[in-house]
Amino acid sequence: MNTDLVIKVGGAAGQGLHTIGVVLAKTFKKSGFNVFTTQFYLSRVRGGHNTYQVRICNEPIRAMTEKVDILIALDEASINEHLNEISDGVVLVDTDVIKIEQMNESIFHVPMLKIAKDVCGNKIYSNTVAIGAALGLMCFNFEYLERVLTATFQKKGDEIIENNIKAARAGYDHAKKNFPSACKFAVKEPLIEDGRMLIAGNDAVALGALAAGVQFLAAYPMTPSTGVMTYIAAKADEFNVVVEQAEDEIAALNMVLGASYAGVRAMTTTSGGGFCLMAEALGLAGITETPAVIFLSQRPGPATGLPTMTEQGDLQFVLTAAQGEFPRCILAPGTPDDCFYLTAKAFNIAEKFQIPVFVMSDQYLADSLFTCKKFDTSKIEIDRHLLSDDELKGKNEYNRYELTPTGISPRAIPGQAGFTVVVDSDEHNETGHLDQTIDNRILMNDKRMKKLKLLEQEMEAPQLYGNKKADITLIGWGSTYGPLLEVVDILTSEGHSVDHLHFTNVYPLPVDAIKNMMADAGKIVCVENNATGQFAKLFECETGLRVDENILRSDGKPYTPEHIIRALEQKKVI
Amino acid sequence: MVSVEDFGEYETEWCPGCGNFMILKAIKRALAELGKEPHEVLLTSGIGQSSKLPHYLKCNVFNGLHGRSLPPAIGAKVANHELTVLAVTGDGDCYGEGGNHFVHNIRRNPNITLIVHDNQIYGLTKGQASPTSELGMKTNIQNHGVFNTPLNPLSLAISLDCSFVSRGFAGDVDHLTELIKKAIQHKGFSLVDVLQPCVSFNKLNTFKWYSERVYRMEEEDHSPKDRVKAFERSLEWDERIPLGVFYVNEKPTFEDHLEILASGPLVKNKADPEKVDELLDSFI
Ligand SMILES: Cc1ncc(C[n+]2csc(CCOP(=O)(O)OP(=O)(O)O)c2C)c(N)n1
Ligand code: SF4
Ligand SMILES: [Mg+2]
Repeated sequence: MNTDLVIKVGGAAGQGLHTIGVVLAKTFKKSGFNVFTTQFYLSRVRGGHNTYQVRICNEPIRAMTEKVDILIALDEASINEHLNEISDGVVLVDTDVIKIEQMNESIFHVPMLKIAKDVCGNKIYSNTVAIGAALGLMCFNFEYLERVLTATFQKKGDEIIENNIKAARAGYDHAKKNFPSACKFAVKEPLIEDGRMLIAGNDAVALGALAAGVQFLAAYPMTPSTGVMTYIAAKADEFNVVVEQAEDEIAALNMVLGASYAGVRAMTTTSGGGFCLMAEALGLAGITETPAVIFLSQRPGPATGLPTMTEQGDLQFVLTAAQGEFPRCILAPGTPDDCFYLTAKAFNIAEKFQIPVFVMSDQYLADSLFTCKKFDTSKIEIDRHLLSDDELKGKNEYNRYELTPTGISPRAIPGQAGFTVVVDSDEHNETGHLDQTIDNRILMNDKRMKKLKLLEQEMEAPQLYGNKKADITLIGWGSTYGPLLEVVDILTSEGHSVDHLHFTNVYPLPVDAIKNMMADAGKIVCVENNATGQFAKLFECETGLRVDENILRSDGKPYTPEHIIRALEQKKVI
Repeated sequence: MVSVEDFGEYETEWCPGCGNFMILKAIKRALAELGKEPHEVLLTSGIGQSSKLPHYLKCNVFNGLHGRSLPPAIGAKVANHELTVLAVTGDGDCYGEGGNHFVHNIRRNPNITLIVHDNQIYGLTKGQASPTSELGMKTNIQNHGVFNTPLNPLSLAISLDCSFVSRGFAGDVDHLTELIKKAIQHKGFSLVDVLQPCVSFNKLNTFKWYSERVYRMEEEDHSPKDRVKAFERSLEWDERIPLGVFYVNEKPTFEDHLEILASGPLVKNKADPEKVDELLDSFI
């Protein structure tokens, strides 16, 4: 039988939702299930109402569904806000702690606090009782949980590990013994211990950067991008990276450009607000042709907006940020695999074309956990495109902006004996020195813009999912990939003719490839997490093709397959 | 042997008689006397008449954005700490638009030299008030005269415990050359604020005005180790204006804290993607 279950944990910030969620996710993964988790949290350290949701399935999953099977309610709001998400599910709640006005048969009291005190003599173990109880309802093999608890609390010592196991076991037994329809959610563990990873988008981006040999990262903390900076900082000594918290985002990108100019691989991480402050330096990267990788994790704006929620609302801004015109590249991962490989690729593109390259993610992708195959580091290539000392030796003089047929000038770095490297934010000539003559302006602008055409040839075509020549083609970019795959599966199984084209190489779009792929497309529906259809506009304007319908969402939440299907029905697409 | 001639002669966009010429001369002399070769030297700058200086000598140049001469200098220094890095900037550029970087790089203490052409005016944009313009100075924007309290860069730097704080005068090239040499040799963030007459727009703080007031602190009894005395000196202005090294505090530099630089410049390291495999295992 196919298992597809969702466990939701609801409670206040500071109540330990994250630990419950991660322990559950790891336990399910250990037993061979595919796991997908999402987090919904408010911008506060204590209080409020947050949720952590874990979905498990035998089949690969890439999105969250809306129905909840088991709700672990750690606060009253969990009952008030999520009871309606349960149709045939169960709420696990400690009614000694949380007053329930109206009990009903889906509410199952687990005396978490009392069990924790009785078994371990300490109420801090009540969350672990809840984890045990949830697994008890599933009659899940307890051994997996035991292993995960042992690993999770390794650093805290044997006593804490033992107490956690005791508490979990007591919760497990309580549920198994007392829940009226025992083993209601019994599952069969797939039992494949196959070396898969359980990883969030932010971690995958950080690993991609480390694999690409990032040497300098300057950034200013901003949710939801901070995780990348934190991860790289934790590994910085081991990997010879300097991570510096800049005084502001203006400094961050300018520092990155200085470091990159001096020859190291450099990146910054930010969200929309921080990127606003970087706009002028983006233009500096453009005119000085200095490579830079900018990881931009989107959240809903404008201004401070919704700091901990998700949106794809910054695409048009990133496309045009900074005055003037210059080539840039935008990559948008849809999965942790994309996060890893595209981030590594971003460094190669940045150095080959000597341009700023964006990796655009969002809170949903940043914070969600996915199960996926271990990334293959042997696929990562490092292309620096730097002039060696030997190559320079043959030259009489070195001009940083030497005119070449491709527009790409050979790049030397300061410190190479006998030569100097001059770059300028003013319009400059081949030497790098300021030059305001009209003839020179034409030459230099053409030189820079030529690189965009060349880059277009290297951009990858969108990935097709489903049958080609379907009646309906859903297009999307970045993090909508997972939900859209499931929409295609669901609708196909219901007899609809639907496919999906997923764009990770967002700018410049590989126009010829797209036109070929979409020559006989049926109805084109663009699905994105914003209010104005920003990718649809780019797509139409670059390819000349028409988007027939826009499905949009900008309430701060990510797409679920159900949400997209409802929208398709409303728009009478299906 | 490196000579001043190795740094070349270039045509400039400066007004004849401007103090900038003297600062350029002093920088070239200081570099030559310290035996720095052009390829070992990086000059970063922002935007302003002063910030054009790096284009007027042979060296590595990163002429960036208005107010942003310091951040690229730090980035480059971290990437290759064997480079001698000077950030060359104006009073508007450094104390106005880029004030945040000034404050925080004093705290960060990278081993770079900051030379501020302090003409107490915005030169390039034709004569508006800068953060150091005198109270009451009239411009075509400050029609009623400047009434914002002038920023005192030396007091500010000393109060932030800046590693090396000094002031020179464009009209005293010998003294300025020695000062720049000391600043470059000092390990840590070194400020050289240079009084620089702007003959076109600052009709108040002229060569004559400065010459009548400046004196060399070395010729009097001043110990740069005494922070409170240094602060007191930094407050002197109207009658007598002190030149020289106000304050020195040897302390670990930004680069000293980065232990991974001990084995050599960052830029010499090579990437090894497969090293990431161990990290990937921790997600299994
Ligand atoms: C972001 C930005 N704002 C404004 C300007 C215009 N601008 C250029 S230089 C300058 C002031 C320069 O003053 P200062 O740094 O004292 O240099 P000086 O010309 O006096 O040497 C201004 C306002 C600019 N180039 N960039
Ligand atoms: S405007 Fe003033 S500072 Fe600028 S070059 Fe002319 S005299 Fe010098
Ligand atoms: Mg000035």
